[in-house]
Amino acid sequence: MAAALEILAAIPYDQILIQTVNGIVTGMILALVASGLTLIFGIMDVVNFAHGELFMLGAYVGVVVLAATGSFWLALAVATLVVALLGAALQIVTLRPLLGRDPLTTILATFGISLVLQNYALWQFGPVARKIQEPFTGSFQLFYLEYPWYRLVIAGLSAVIIGAFWLFLKYGTWGIWIRATTQDRVMAEAMGIPVPWVHTGVFAIGAGMAAASGVLFGPLVGVNHAMGLDWVLKAFIVVVVGGMGNLGGSIAAAIFISLLESYASIWVSPAQAVIVSFVVLISTLLIRPTGLFVPTPK
Amino acid sequence: MSAVPTPAEALVSVDNIHTYYGKSHILHGVTLHIGAGEVVGLLGRNGVGKSTTLKTIMGLARPSQGEVRLAGRAITGLPAHKLARLGVGYVPEDRRIFRFLTVMENLRTGLDRHGVTSVRKQELLDKVFTYFPVLAERRQQPGGTLSGGEQQMLAIARAMMLEPRIILLDEPTEGLMPRMVSQIGEIIGALHRDGVAILLVEQNVPLTLEASERIYIMEKGLVRHHCAASDINVNDAAIRAYLGV
Repeated sequence: MAAALEILAAIPYDQILIQTVNGIVTGMILALVASGLTLIFGIMDVVNFAHGELFMLGAYVGVVVLAATGSFWLALAVATLVVALLGAALQIVTLRPLLGRDPLTTILATFGISLVLQNYALWQFGPVARKIQEPFTGSFQLFYLEYPWYRLVIAGLSAVIIGAFWLFLKYGTWGIWIRATTQDRVMAEAMGIPVPWVHTGVFAIGAGMAAASGVLFGPLVGVNHAMGLDWVLKAFIVVVVGGMGNLGGSIAAAIFISLLESYASIWVSPAQAVIVSFVVLISTLLIRPTGLFVPTPK
Repeated sequence: MSAVPTPAEALVSVDNIHTYYGKSHILHGVTLHIGAGEVVGLLGRNGVGKSTTLKTIMGLARPSQGEVRLAGRAITGLPAHKLARLGVGYVPEDRRIFRFLTVMENLRTGLDRHGVTSVRKQELLDKVFTYFPVLAERRQQPGGTLSGGEQQMLAIARAMMLEPRIILLDEPTEGLMPRMVSQIGEIIGALHRDGVAILLVEQNVPLTLEASERIYIMEKGLVRHHCAASDINVNDAAIRAYLGV
Protein backbone atom coordinates (compact mmCIF):
# COMPACT_ATOMS: atom_id res chain seq x y z
CA MET A 1 0.00 0.00 0.00
CA ALA A 2 2.70 2.42 0.98
CA ALA A 3 4.71 1.38 -2.05
CA ALA A 4 1.75 2.03 -4.30
CA LEU A 5 1.26 5.47 -2.82
CA GLU A 6 4.92 6.19 -3.30
CA ILE A 7 4.69 5.28 -6.99
CA LEU A 8 1.59 7.44 -7.38
CA ALA A 9 3.36 10.32 -5.65
CA ALA A 10 6.36 9.90 -7.93
CA ILE A 11 4.32 10.41 -11.13
CA PRO A 12 5.07 13.89 -12.44
CA TYR A 13 1.46 14.95 -13.04
CA ASP A 14 2.41 18.47 -14.06
CA GLN A 15 4.81 17.20 -16.70
CA ILE A 16 2.27 14.69 -17.95
CA LEU A 17 -0.30 17.43 -18.41
CA ILE A 18 2.19 19.68 -20.17
CA GLN A 19 3.26 16.86 -22.45
CA THR A 20 -0.36 16.00 -23.20
CA VAL A 21 -0.87 19.54 -24.45
CA ASN A 22 2.39 19.37 -26.41
CA GLY A 23 1.46 16.02 -27.90
CA ILE A 24 -1.93 17.24 -29.05
CA VAL A 25 -0.42 20.36 -30.62
CA THR A 26 2.17 18.45 -32.67
CA GLY A 27 -0.40 15.70 -33.29
CA MET A 28 -2.82 18.14 -34.93
CA ILE A 29 -0.10 19.55 -37.21
CA LEU A 30 1.00 16.04 -38.07
CA ALA A 31 -2.61 15.08 -38.79
CA LEU A 32 -2.85 18.02 -41.18
CA VAL A 33 0.23 16.82 -43.07
CA ALA A 34 -0.76 13.15 -42.97
CA SER A 35 -4.37 13.57 -44.06
CA GLY A 36 -3.26 14.91 -47.44
CA LEU A 37 -0.74 12.12 -47.76
CA THR A 38 -3.20 9.35 -46.92
CA LEU A 39 -5.87 10.80 -49.20
CA ILE A 40 -3.48 10.97 -52.15
CA PHE A 41 -2.47 7.37 -51.52
CA GLY A 42 -6.08 6.24 -51.13
CA ILE A 43 -7.29 7.73 -54.37
CA MET A 44 -4.30 7.34 -56.70
CA ASP A 45 -2.14 4.66 -55.07
CA VAL A 46 0.62 7.25 -55.18
CA VAL A 47 3.08 7.39 -52.31
CA ASN A 48 3.96 11.06 -52.39
CA PHE A 49 7.57 11.45 -51.34
CA ALA A 50 7.42 15.16 -52.20
CA HIS A 51 4.86 15.85 -49.49
CA GLY A 52 7.47 17.09 -47.01
CA GLU A 53 8.82 19.51 -49.60
CA LEU A 54 5.34 20.93 -50.16
CA PHE A 55 5.23 21.51 -46.39
CA MET A 56 8.65 23.21 -46.59
CA LEU A 57 7.71 25.33 -49.62
CA GLY A 58 4.55 26.41 -47.82
CA ALA A 59 6.69 27.66 -44.96
CA TYR A 60 8.99 29.55 -47.36
CA VAL A 61 6.11 31.16 -49.24
CA GLY A 62 4.86 32.14 -45.79
CA VAL A 63 8.25 33.71 -44.98
CA VAL A 64 8.24 35.71 -48.22
CA VAL A 65 4.65 36.94 -47.93
CA LEU A 66 5.11 37.77 -44.26
CA ALA A 67 8.22 39.82 -45.06
CA ALA A 68 6.38 41.66 -47.84
CA THR A 69 3.07 42.33 -46.10
CA GLY A 70 3.66 41.82 -42.40
CA SER A 71 0.44 39.82 -42.09
CA PHE A 72 0.74 36.28 -40.79
CA TRP A 73 -2.80 35.35 -41.77
CA LEU A 74 -2.34 36.62 -45.30
CA ALA A 75 0.89 34.61 -45.46
CA LEU A 76 -1.02 31.50 -44.35
CA ALA A 77 -3.71 31.99 -46.99
CA VAL A 78 -1.33 32.83 -49.83
CA ALA A 79 1.04 29.94 -49.01
CA THR A 80 -1.86 27.48 -48.99
CA LEU A 81 -3.17 28.73 -52.31
CA VAL A 82 0.20 29.00 -54.08
CA VAL A 83 1.35 25.53 -53.02
CA ALA A 84 -2.06 24.03 -53.88
CA LEU A 85 -1.70 25.44 -57.40
CA LEU A 86 1.87 24.19 -57.60
CA GLY A 87 0.64 20.76 -56.45
CA ALA A 88 -2.01 20.75 -59.19
CA ALA A 89 0.60 21.63 -61.79
CA LEU A 90 3.00 18.95 -60.53
CA GLN A 91 0.24 16.34 -60.60
CA ILE A 92 -0.78 17.21 -64.17
CA VAL A 93 2.78 17.24 -65.47
CA THR A 94 4.33 14.29 -63.68
CA LEU A 95 1.75 11.99 -62.09
CA ARG A 96 -1.17 12.06 -64.51
CA PRO A 97 0.83 10.45 -67.33
CA LEU A 98 2.00 7.72 -64.93
CA LEU A 99 -1.44 6.73 -63.68
CA GLY A 100 -1.98 2.98 -63.70
CA ARG A 101 1.73 2.18 -64.02
CA ASP A 102 3.77 0.28 -61.48
CA PRO A 103 3.76 2.10 -58.09
CA LEU A 104 7.56 2.18 -58.30
CA THR A 105 7.43 4.71 -61.15
CA THR A 106 5.35 7.15 -59.11
CA ILE A 107 7.62 6.66 -56.10
CA LEU A 108 10.61 7.58 -58.23
CA ALA A 109 8.75 10.51 -59.79
CA THR A 110 7.69 12.00 -56.46
CA PHE A 111 11.14 11.36 -55.01
CA GLY A 112 12.59 13.26 -57.96
CA ILE A 113 10.20 16.16 -57.37
CA SER A 114 11.23 16.18 -53.73
CA LEU A 115 14.94 16.49 -54.63
CA VAL A 116 14.25 19.26 -57.14
CA LEU A 117 12.12 21.26 -54.71
CA GLN A 118 14.57 20.83 -51.85
CA ASN A 119 17.54 21.98 -53.90
CA TYR A 120 15.53 24.79 -55.41
CA ALA A 121 14.83 26.02 -51.89
CA LEU A 122 18.49 25.71 -50.96
CA TRP A 123 19.52 27.65 -54.05
CA GLN A 124 16.83 30.31 -53.68
CA PHE A 125 16.86 30.87 -49.91
CA GLY A 126 20.30 29.62 -48.84
CA PRO A 127 21.22 27.27 -46.02
CA VAL A 128 20.47 29.66 -43.14
CA ALA A 129 17.18 28.97 -41.41
CA ARG A 130 14.55 31.71 -41.66
CA LYS A 131 12.14 32.59 -38.93
CA ILE A 132 8.41 33.14 -39.13
CA GLN A 133 7.24 35.55 -36.42
CA GLU A 134 4.16 34.19 -34.67
CA PRO A 135 1.10 36.43 -35.07
CA PHE A 136 0.89 37.06 -31.31
CA THR A 137 3.16 36.34 -28.40
CA GLY A 138 0.89 36.02 -25.35
CA SER A 139 1.30 33.15 -22.96
CA PHE A 140 -0.38 31.66 -19.93
CA GLN A 141 0.86 29.92 -16.80
CA LEU A 142 0.89 26.11 -17.07
CA PHE A 143 2.50 24.92 -13.83
CA TYR A 144 6.09 26.09 -14.03
CA LEU A 145 5.88 26.98 -17.75
CA GLU A 146 4.92 30.11 -19.61
CA TYR A 147 2.90 28.29 -22.25
CA PRO A 148 2.47 30.28 -25.48
CA TRP A 149 -1.13 30.75 -26.59
CA TYR A 150 0.04 30.43 -30.16
CA ARG A 151 0.62 26.71 -29.73
CA LEU A 152 -3.00 26.19 -28.75
CA VAL A 153 -4.09 28.32 -31.69
CA ILE A 154 -2.13 26.00 -34.01
CA ALA A 155 -3.92 22.98 -32.63
CA GLY A 156 -7.28 24.74 -32.91
CA LEU A 157 -6.69 25.94 -36.46
CA SER A 158 -5.50 22.52 -37.60
CA ALA A 159 -8.64 21.03 -36.11
CA VAL A 160 -10.77 23.61 -37.93
CA ILE A 161 -9.05 22.92 -41.26
CA ILE A 162 -9.39 19.15 -40.84
CA GLY A 163 -13.00 19.53 -39.72
CA ALA A 164 -13.85 21.73 -42.70
CA PHE A 165 -12.19 19.24 -44.99
CA TRP A 166 -14.16 16.40 -43.44
CA LEU A 167 -17.45 18.27 -43.95
CA PHE A 168 -16.44 18.92 -47.55
CA LEU A 169 -15.74 15.22 -48.11
CA LYS A 170 -18.99 14.23 -46.43
CA TYR A 171 -21.43 16.64 -48.05
CA GLY A 172 -19.83 18.42 -51.00
CA THR A 173 -20.31 17.25 -54.57
CA TRP A 174 -16.55 17.10 -55.01
CA GLY A 175 -16.33 15.28 -51.69
CA ILE A 176 -18.68 12.58 -52.95
CA TRP A 177 -16.73 12.44 -56.21
CA ILE A 178 -13.50 12.00 -54.26
CA ARG A 179 -14.92 9.20 -52.12
CA ALA A 180 -16.53 7.47 -55.11
CA THR A 181 -13.27 7.64 -57.07
CA THR A 182 -11.35 6.24 -54.09
CA GLN A 183 -13.71 3.26 -53.93
CA ASP A 184 -14.02 2.44 -57.62
CA ARG A 185 -12.15 4.54 -60.15
CA VAL A 186 -13.66 2.86 -63.22
CA MET A 187 -17.26 3.01 -62.04
CA ALA A 188 -16.77 6.63 -60.95
CA GLU A 189 -15.72 7.43 -64.47
CA ALA A 190 -18.71 5.57 -65.91
CA MET A 191 -20.93 7.79 -63.74
CA GLY A 192 -19.55 10.87 -65.46
CA ILE A 193 -17.15 11.91 -62.70
CA PRO A 194 -14.13 13.62 -64.31
CA VAL A 195 -11.66 11.29 -62.61
CA PRO A 196 -8.41 12.89 -63.88
CA TRP A 197 -9.50 16.24 -62.44
CA VAL A 198 -10.58 14.64 -59.18
CA HIS A 199 -7.04 13.26 -58.88
CA THR A 200 -5.58 16.69 -59.59
CA GLY A 201 -7.95 18.28 -57.09
CA VAL A 202 -7.04 15.83 -54.35
CA PHE A 203 -3.34 16.38 -54.94
CA ALA A 204 -3.87 20.14 -54.80
CA ILE A 205 -5.87 19.89 -51.57
CA GLY A 206 -3.20 17.67 -50.00
CA ALA A 207 -0.47 20.10 -51.10
CA GLY A 208 -2.41 23.07 -49.72
CA MET A 209 -2.93 21.35 -46.38
CA ALA A 210 0.78 20.51 -46.17
CA ALA A 211 1.63 24.16 -46.94
CA ALA A 212 -0.78 25.43 -44.30
CA SER A 213 0.84 23.20 -41.70
CA GLY A 214 4.27 24.46 -42.81
CA VAL A 215 3.28 28.07 -42.15
CA LEU A 216 1.53 27.25 -38.87
CA PHE A 217 4.47 25.25 -37.61
CA GLY A 218 7.11 27.69 -38.93
CA PRO A 219 7.22 29.87 -35.80
CA LEU A 220 8.06 26.87 -33.58
CA VAL A 221 11.07 25.71 -35.59
CA GLY A 222 13.30 27.39 -38.13
CA VAL A 223 12.30 27.30 -41.78
CA ASN A 224 14.99 25.61 -43.87
CA HIS A 225 15.20 23.55 -47.01
CA ALA A 226 15.38 20.20 -45.18
CA MET A 227 12.56 20.79 -42.68
CA GLY A 228 10.22 18.60 -44.69
CA LEU A 229 12.26 15.43 -44.21
CA ASP A 230 11.44 14.85 -40.55
CA TRP A 231 7.80 15.59 -41.12
CA VAL A 232 7.25 13.42 -44.10
CA LEU A 233 8.92 10.53 -42.33
CA LYS A 234 6.63 10.94 -39.35
CA ALA A 235 3.64 11.45 -41.60
CA PHE A 236 4.44 8.18 -43.38
CA ILE A 237 4.54 6.37 -40.04
CA VAL A 238 1.18 7.90 -39.17
CA VAL A 239 -0.32 6.91 -42.52
CA VAL A 240 0.81 3.29 -42.11
CA VAL A 241 -0.25 3.03 -38.47
CA GLY A 242 -3.61 4.67 -39.26
CA GLY A 243 -4.21 2.35 -42.22
CA MET A 244 -3.17 3.44 -45.72
CA GLY A 245 -5.81 5.64 -47.29
CA ASN A 246 -7.90 5.94 -44.13
CA LEU A 247 -8.42 9.59 -43.17
CA GLY A 248 -9.93 9.08 -39.71
CA GLY A 249 -7.28 6.48 -38.91
CA SER A 250 -4.49 8.87 -39.86
CA ILE A 251 -5.82 11.62 -37.63
CA ALA A 252 -6.15 9.24 -34.68
CA ALA A 253 -2.69 7.80 -35.35
CA ALA A 254 -1.12 11.28 -35.59
CA ILE A 255 -2.41 12.25 -32.16
CA PHE A 256 -1.63 8.81 -30.69
CA ILE A 257 1.99 8.80 -31.86
CA SER A 258 2.63 12.43 -30.93
CA LEU A 259 1.25 11.82 -27.44
CA LEU A 260 3.41 8.72 -27.00
CA GLU A 261 6.50 10.65 -28.08
CA SER A 262 5.68 13.51 -25.76
CA TYR A 263 5.23 11.20 -22.78
CA ALA A 264 8.42 9.34 -23.63
CA SER A 265 10.37 12.57 -23.61
CA ILE A 266 9.52 13.03 -19.91
CA TRP A 267 11.93 10.22 -19.15
CA VAL A 268 14.34 10.18 -22.06
CA SER A 269 15.71 12.96 -24.21
CA PRO A 270 13.39 14.16 -27.04
CA ALA A 271 15.87 12.84 -29.61
CA GLN A 272 15.52 9.36 -28.15
CA ALA A 273 11.74 9.70 -27.85
CA VAL A 274 11.55 9.54 -31.64
CA ILE A 275 12.32 5.84 -31.28
CA VAL A 276 8.79 5.40 -29.93
CA SER A 277 7.20 6.11 -33.30
CA PHE A 278 9.38 3.51 -34.97
CA VAL A 279 8.53 0.95 -32.31
CA VAL A 280 4.84 1.64 -32.96
CA LEU A 281 5.42 1.40 -36.71
CA ILE A 282 7.25 -1.90 -36.55
CA SER A 283 4.76 -3.41 -34.10
CA THR A 284 1.90 -2.32 -36.34
CA LEU A 285 3.50 -3.89 -39.37
CA LEU A 286 4.10 -7.11 -37.44
CA ILE A 287 0.78 -7.43 -35.67
CA ARG A 288 -1.81 -5.51 -37.70
CA PRO A 289 -0.37 -4.57 -41.08
CA THR A 290 -3.70 -3.07 -42.22
CA GLY A 291 -3.37 -0.36 -39.56
CA LEU A 292 -4.21 0.06 -35.89
CA PHE A 293 -7.19 2.31 -36.45
CA VAL A 294 -8.97 0.32 -39.11
CA PRO A 295 -11.82 -2.02 -38.26
CA THR A 296 -10.81 -5.61 -38.96
CA PRO A 297 -11.65 -6.24 -42.61
CA LYS A 298 -14.37 -8.84 -43.07
CA MET B 1 -41.40 -6.00 -84.20
CA SER B 2 -39.31 -3.13 -85.38
CA ALA B 3 -37.30 -2.44 -88.46
CA VAL B 4 -33.55 -2.60 -88.23
CA PRO B 5 -32.28 0.98 -87.95
CA THR B 6 -29.79 1.90 -90.62
CA PRO B 7 -26.39 2.92 -89.24
CA ALA B 8 -27.17 6.52 -90.11
CA GLU B 9 -30.30 6.71 -87.97
CA ALA B 10 -29.14 4.45 -85.14
CA LEU B 11 -28.65 6.00 -81.69
CA VAL B 12 -25.60 3.85 -81.09
CA SER B 13 -23.84 2.14 -83.91
CA VAL B 14 -20.91 -0.16 -83.42
CA ASP B 15 -18.99 -0.81 -86.59
CA ASN B 16 -16.50 -3.63 -86.96
CA ILE B 17 -14.75 -3.18 -83.59
CA HIS B 18 -11.73 -5.19 -82.56
CA THR B 19 -10.80 -5.07 -78.88
CA TYR B 20 -7.85 -6.65 -77.11
CA TYR B 21 -7.21 -7.26 -73.43
CA GLY B 22 -3.45 -7.25 -73.32
CA LYS B 23 -2.57 -9.75 -76.00
CA SER B 24 -5.83 -11.65 -76.13
CA HIS B 25 -8.06 -10.70 -79.01
CA ILE B 26 -11.59 -10.54 -77.55
CA LEU B 27 -13.72 -8.84 -80.21
CA HIS B 28 -13.10 -9.81 -83.81
CA GLY B 29 -15.10 -7.18 -85.64
CA VAL B 30 -18.42 -6.74 -83.83
CA THR B 31 -21.08 -4.74 -85.66
CA LEU B 32 -24.44 -3.85 -84.17
CA HIS B 33 -26.91 -0.97 -84.04
CA ILE B 34 -29.41 0.25 -81.51
CA GLY B 35 -32.15 2.66 -82.51
CA ALA B 36 -33.39 5.46 -80.27
CA GLY B 37 -35.69 4.05 -77.58
CA GLU B 38 -35.11 0.49 -78.72
CA VAL B 39 -34.50 -2.48 -76.43
CA VAL B 40 -31.92 -4.79 -77.97
CA GLY B 41 -30.81 -8.10 -76.47
CA LEU B 42 -27.28 -9.40 -76.77
CA LEU B 43 -27.07 -13.13 -76.16
CA GLY B 44 -24.23 -15.61 -76.12
CA ARG B 45 -22.33 -18.02 -73.92
CA ASN B 46 -19.92 -16.88 -71.25
CA GLY B 47 -16.71 -15.38 -72.57
CA VAL B 48 -17.85 -14.59 -76.12
CA GLY B 49 -17.25 -10.88 -75.63
CA LYS B 50 -20.69 -9.50 -74.64
CA SER B 51 -19.39 -7.56 -71.65
CA THR B 52 -16.37 -6.38 -73.63
CA THR B 53 -18.73 -5.02 -76.28
CA LEU B 54 -20.49 -2.96 -73.61
CA LYS B 55 -17.17 -1.79 -72.16
CA THR B 56 -15.96 -0.77 -75.59
CA ILE B 57 -19.11 1.28 -76.20
CA MET B 58 -18.70 2.87 -72.74
CA GLY B 59 -15.09 3.84 -73.39
CA LEU B 60 -13.77 1.52 -70.68
CA ALA B 61 -11.97 -0.64 -73.23
CA ARG B 62 -10.36 0.93 -76.24
CA PRO B 63 -10.88 -0.79 -79.60
CA SER B 64 -7.80 -1.17 -81.77
CA GLN B 65 -9.94 -0.95 -84.88
CA GLY B 66 -13.47 0.03 -85.80
CA GLU B 67 -15.77 2.83 -84.80
CA VAL B 68 -18.49 3.54 -82.24
CA ARG B 69 -20.98 6.32 -82.96
CA LEU B 70 -23.54 7.97 -80.72
CA ALA B 71 -26.29 9.76 -82.64
CA GLY B 72 -23.97 10.04 -85.62
CA ARG B 73 -21.03 11.43 -83.64
CA ALA B 74 -17.82 9.37 -83.43
CA ILE B 75 -17.19 8.52 -79.77
CA THR B 76 -14.48 5.88 -80.20
CA GLY B 77 -11.77 6.38 -77.60
CA LEU B 78 -13.57 9.12 -75.65
CA PRO B 79 -13.10 8.70 -71.89
CA ALA B 80 -16.04 7.12 -70.04
CA HIS B 81 -16.84 10.24 -68.05
CA LYS B 82 -17.49 12.20 -71.25
CA LEU B 83 -19.74 9.41 -72.56
CA ALA B 84 -21.73 9.40 -69.34
CA ARG B 85 -22.32 13.11 -69.81
CA LEU B 86 -23.43 12.49 -73.40
CA GLY B 87 -26.18 10.21 -72.13
CA VAL B 88 -24.78 6.69 -71.97
CA GLY B 89 -25.64 4.90 -68.72
CA TYR B 90 -23.72 1.80 -67.68
CA VAL B 91 -24.89 -0.91 -65.26
CA PRO B 92 -21.97 -3.34 -64.98
CA GLU B 93 -22.20 -7.05 -64.45
CA ASP B 94 -21.06 -7.04 -60.81
CA ARG B 95 -23.15 -3.89 -60.12
CA ARG B 96 -20.20 -2.01 -58.67
CA ILE B 97 -22.14 -0.06 -56.09
CA PHE B 98 -19.97 2.42 -54.17
CA ARG B 99 -20.09 0.28 -51.02
CA PHE B 100 -19.17 2.94 -48.50
CA LEU B 101 -21.39 5.64 -49.96
CA THR B 102 -25.01 5.78 -48.84
CA VAL B 103 -27.79 5.04 -51.33
CA MET B 104 -28.39 8.78 -51.66
CA GLU B 105 -24.69 9.48 -52.23
CA ASN B 106 -24.53 6.73 -54.84
CA LEU B 107 -27.36 8.48 -56.67
CA ARG B 108 -25.66 11.86 -56.27
CA THR B 109 -22.58 10.62 -58.17
CA GLY B 110 -24.73 10.82 -61.29
CA LEU B 111 -27.13 13.56 -60.21
CA ASP B 112 -24.71 16.36 -59.27
CA ARG B 113 -24.01 17.46 -62.78
CA HIS B 114 -23.56 20.89 -64.19
CA GLY B 115 -26.79 22.37 -65.47
CA VAL B 116 -29.28 20.21 -63.56
CA THR B 117 -31.68 22.44 -61.62
CA SER B 118 -32.73 21.43 -58.13
CA VAL B 119 -36.31 21.01 -59.37
CA ARG B 120 -35.10 18.58 -62.04
CA LYS B 121 -32.98 16.73 -59.47
CA GLN B 122 -36.01 16.25 -57.26
CA GLU B 123 -38.05 14.98 -60.22
CA LEU B 124 -35.37 12.43 -61.09
CA LEU B 125 -35.15 11.27 -57.48
CA ASP B 126 -38.94 11.04 -57.15
CA LYS B 127 -39.03 8.94 -60.28
CA VAL B 128 -36.50 6.35 -59.15
CA PHE B 129 -38.05 6.24 -55.69
CA THR B 130 -41.41 5.45 -57.33
CA TYR B 131 -39.78 2.71 -59.39
CA PHE B 132 -37.80 1.41 -56.43
CA PRO B 133 -39.58 2.30 -53.15
CA VAL B 134 -37.08 0.20 -51.20
CA LEU B 135 -34.28 2.61 -52.15
CA ALA B 136 -36.25 5.50 -50.66
CA GLU B 137 -36.47 3.59 -47.38
CA ARG B 138 -32.76 2.88 -47.38
CA ARG B 139 -31.48 6.19 -48.69
CA GLN B 140 -29.19 6.80 -45.69
CA GLN B 141 -27.83 3.24 -45.65
CA PRO B 142 -24.39 2.43 -47.09
CA GLY B 143 -24.65 0.72 -50.49
CA GLY B 144 -22.60 -2.24 -49.25
CA THR B 145 -25.28 -3.20 -46.72
CA LEU B 146 -28.00 -3.71 -49.35
CA SER B 147 -29.05 -7.15 -50.56
CA GLY B 148 -28.03 -8.31 -54.05
CA GLY B 149 -31.40 -7.41 -55.56
CA GLU B 150 -31.42 -4.01 -53.90
CA GLN B 151 -27.88 -3.35 -55.16
CA GLN B 152 -29.04 -4.17 -58.68
CA MET B 153 -31.91 -1.71 -58.32
CA LEU B 154 -29.48 0.91 -57.03
CA ALA B 155 -27.14 0.28 -59.95
CA ILE B 156 -30.01 0.85 -62.41
CA ALA B 157 -31.33 3.85 -60.46
CA ARG B 158 -27.84 5.35 -60.37
CA ALA B 159 -27.54 5.06 -64.15
CA MET B 160 -30.99 6.69 -64.50
CA MET B 161 -29.65 9.76 -62.69
CA LEU B 162 -27.67 10.58 -65.83
CA GLU B 163 -30.93 10.97 -67.81
CA PRO B 164 -29.41 8.56 -70.31
CA ARG B 165 -30.48 8.11 -73.90
CA ILE B 166 -29.26 4.53 -73.67
CA ILE B 167 -28.48 2.20 -70.79
CA LEU B 168 -25.95 -0.61 -71.23
CA LEU B 169 -27.32 -3.30 -68.94
CA ASP B 170 -24.96 -6.19 -68.20
CA GLU B 171 -26.59 -9.34 -66.78
CA PRO B 172 -29.00 -7.53 -64.46
CA THR B 173 -30.67 -10.74 -63.27
CA GLU B 174 -27.52 -12.69 -62.48
CA GLY B 175 -27.80 -14.35 -59.07
CA LEU B 176 -31.19 -12.85 -58.27
CA MET B 177 -34.19 -14.75 -56.96
CA PRO B 178 -37.15 -15.26 -59.36
CA ARG B 179 -39.30 -12.52 -57.84
CA MET B 180 -36.48 -10.02 -58.39
CA VAL B 181 -35.94 -11.25 -61.93
CA SER B 182 -39.51 -10.46 -62.93
CA GLN B 183 -39.16 -7.06 -61.25
CA ILE B 184 -36.07 -6.31 -63.35
CA GLY B 185 -38.14 -7.29 -66.41
CA GLU B 186 -40.79 -4.75 -65.39
CA ILE B 187 -38.16 -2.03 -64.93
CA ILE B 188 -36.82 -2.66 -68.41
CA GLY B 189 -40.36 -2.28 -69.71
CA ALA B 190 -40.83 0.97 -67.78
CA LEU B 191 -37.55 2.41 -69.09
CA HIS B 192 -38.60 1.41 -72.59
CA ARG B 193 -41.90 3.28 -72.21
CA ASP B 194 -39.88 6.32 -71.11
CA GLY B 195 -38.04 6.18 -74.42
CA VAL B 196 -34.68 5.03 -73.05
CA ALA B 197 -32.82 2.68 -75.37
CA ILE B 198 -31.36 -0.42 -73.73
CA LEU B 199 -28.64 -2.79 -74.79
CA LEU B 200 -29.33 -5.83 -72.64
CA VAL B 201 -26.72 -8.52 -72.09
CA GLU B 202 -28.32 -11.56 -70.47
CA GLN B 203 -28.00 -15.28 -69.86
CA ASN B 204 -31.72 -15.49 -69.19
CA VAL B 205 -33.02 -16.20 -72.71
CA PRO B 206 -36.80 -16.10 -72.02
CA LEU B 207 -36.50 -12.74 -70.26
CA THR B 208 -34.37 -11.30 -73.06
CA LEU B 209 -36.73 -12.49 -75.80
CA GLU B 210 -39.68 -11.01 -73.93
CA ALA B 211 -38.07 -7.67 -73.11
CA SER B 212 -36.27 -7.00 -76.38
CA GLU B 213 -37.42 -5.94 -79.79
CA ARG B 214 -34.39 -7.32 -81.57
CA ILE B 215 -31.61 -9.66 -80.54
CA TYR B 216 -28.04 -10.27 -81.54
CA ILE B 217 -26.32 -13.57 -80.77
CA MET B 218 -22.56 -13.56 -80.31
CA GLU B 219 -20.03 -16.34 -80.55
CA LYS B 220 -16.25 -16.12 -80.24
CA GLY B 221 -16.05 -12.35 -80.48
CA LEU B 222 -18.40 -12.01 -83.42
CA VAL B 223 -22.11 -11.41 -84.01
CA ARG B 224 -23.38 -14.65 -85.57
CA HIS B 225 -27.10 -14.15 -85.68
CA HIS B 226 -29.43 -11.21 -85.72
CA CYS B 227 -33.23 -11.17 -85.82
CA ALA B 228 -36.39 -9.68 -84.38
CA ALA B 229 -37.14 -11.11 -80.94
CA SER B 230 -40.61 -12.11 -82.07
CA ASP B 231 -39.17 -14.21 -84.91
CA ILE B 232 -37.41 -16.58 -82.60
CA ASN B 233 -38.31 -18.70 -79.59
CA VAL B 234 -36.40 -20.43 -76.86
CA ASN B 235 -36.25 -23.67 -78.81
CA ASP B 236 -35.12 -22.15 -82.08
CA ALA B 237 -32.25 -23.89 -83.86
CA ALA B 238 -30.07 -20.75 -83.71
CA ILE B 239 -30.58 -20.40 -79.94
CA ARG B 240 -29.71 -24.07 -79.48
CA ALA B 241 -26.67 -23.84 -81.68
CA TYR B 242 -25.18 -20.76 -80.06
CA LEU B 243 -26.48 -20.93 -76.50
CA GLY B 244 -27.61 -24.50 -75.89
CA VAL B 245 -25.74 -26.84 -73.63
